[in-house]
Amino acid sequence: MKLEVKDLTKIYHSQNGDVTAIDHVNLQVEESEFVMIVGPSGCGKTTLINMIGGLDEATSGQVILDGKEIEGPGPDRGMVFQGYSLFPWLTVLKNVEFGMKMRKVPAEERTRKAMEYIKLVGLEGFENALPKQLSGGMKQRVAIARTLANEPEMLLMDEPFGALDAQTRVVMQELLAKISRETRTTILFITHDIDEAVLLGDRIYVMSRRPGTIREVITSSLPAERNHNCFVLPQFLETKKKIMDMLWQESQDAALDR
Amino acid sequence: MKNSKIIKCQNKAAKRLRVEQSLSLCCFMLIILAWCVLTFGGMVSEIFLPSPLQVIQRLIEMHLDGSLWLSCWESTKRVMVGWIWSVVIALPCGMLMASSRKFSAFVQPIIEFARYLPVVALVPLTLLYMGIDESQKYMIIFLGTFFQLVLMVCDTASGVDKNMINAAKTLGAGKFQIYKEVIFPASLPGLMDDFRMTIGWAWTYLVVAEMVAANNGLGYMILRSQRYLATDTIFAGLIMIGLIGLVTDWIFRSLSYLVAPWQERLKGK
Repeated sequence: MKLEVKDLTKIYHSQNGDVTAIDHVNLQVEESEFVMIVGPSGCGKTTLINMIGGLDEATSGQVILDGKEIEGPGPDRGMVFQGYSLFPWLTVLKNVEFGMKMRKVPAEERTRKAMEYIKLVGLEGFENALPKQLSGGMKQRVAIARTLANEPEMLLMDEPFGALDAQTRVVMQELLAKISRETRTTILFITHDIDEAVLLGDRIYVMSRRPGTIREVITSSLPAERNHNCFVLPQFLETKKKIMDMLWQESQDAALDR
Repeated sequence: MKNSKIIKCQNKAAKRLRVEQSLSLCCFMLIILAWCVLTFGGMVSEIFLPSPLQVIQRLIEMHLDGSLWLSCWESTKRVMVGWIWSVVIALPCGMLMASSRKFSAFVQPIIEFARYLPVVALVPLTLLYMGIDESQKYMIIFLGTFFQLVLMVCDTASGVDKNMINAAKTLGAGKFQIYKEVIFPASLPGLMDDFRMTIGWAWTYLVVAEMVAANNGLGYMILRSQRYLATDTIFAGLIMIGLIGLVTDWIFRSLSYLVAPWQERLKGK
């Protein structure tokens, strides 16, 4: 087992009383597995992944990576955010080198490795460009390369393609599927997009609305090679419908609550 | 086809810049014109408002006897020394405040308190403690800019995109590395603006300092001229301060481009 999340709970205290964002979430990710978490907006997905990344403190529960409980953020869990969060004053190459520079990897090795990952995400020839010269899709490629180049134990992705247009998103999903196959990196990926969840995940956790809990786990029956052709496979549609029904039920309940 | 389009765009931008520049020039011209009409038209007494010609004459005289440049230099030096001290201390202080709640809780009240003390009211104390030598003038400028600058630096550094800091953390950056490699470079453009603002204020406090106890500098020159009703010298002094201000502003704007060429700017500014 690569990652284990045990009874993770997050309660926000405010003047108007306590709000439970995440309620006893349990999940497991195996080595080299691509796991998706899909849930309605506001279900606490981002809180969950931030706690796994160590950026947010859990109220109770544990996050265990490689048998050790995590403490705060660390380079073992590389994160990719929706907003790219590139360093705008650094070139593509320097951005990708950033993590290695922080860990004092020698300059030569740094550059060599960074170039490898720039190539992997298809940005050869853009090493010396500044982020402001890149499109959204290209920026996210840099962010992925930057995280991978740091050779994390696993990748945590928080709706990384949420801000991209539909076509670019599919291109990026295929790219990520390819990277996952080739590098065998363990990935935990959060989204509200059902298509994305079904297309990419080996397993898919479906979350309920607030307070966020895990509603169900679905194992994908899609072929190993994921690309845009999968969108019309019967297995794809079947899984998609299953998740849609669950989330529809959630929103139905939510509407009745008010 | 594509090239011609780019050239067209560049021409348009260049044209817009020219129009803007001539508008700026126009404003100055209008003021000078009004000045000319008022003085050469004999509408005001020259004791109150000297003619542009008199002021230019006075400037040339002072240039020839060297007193003009000496005054400018003395004043600029005071502004620079006082202001640089305030930058040197405010920069780390403000950065620390931005990221340490404890440090912020420790210093914020006193800074907020001191910020509202009028510097003019502190002049007697500085005279008492430091006498009338140069350090007293540096002190006035320091007091006038420091407390504001700390809060501005703190504000700028707190405004750094939290996601960028989080990204750095998950890439393995330590606390000091985050300061050095993320917060500082990300705040540079904002810091340049803060510097530009405070050096402007430094000039205000310089005149305060020189009007109280000095025997040279532009502020002193202006004050002494009042005694002799030498309004032409007063105007000459004012114009010099304004010009130095313009040049300083221009230097900081260029520096801002220089230190942060990566900025995405709105309106092509």
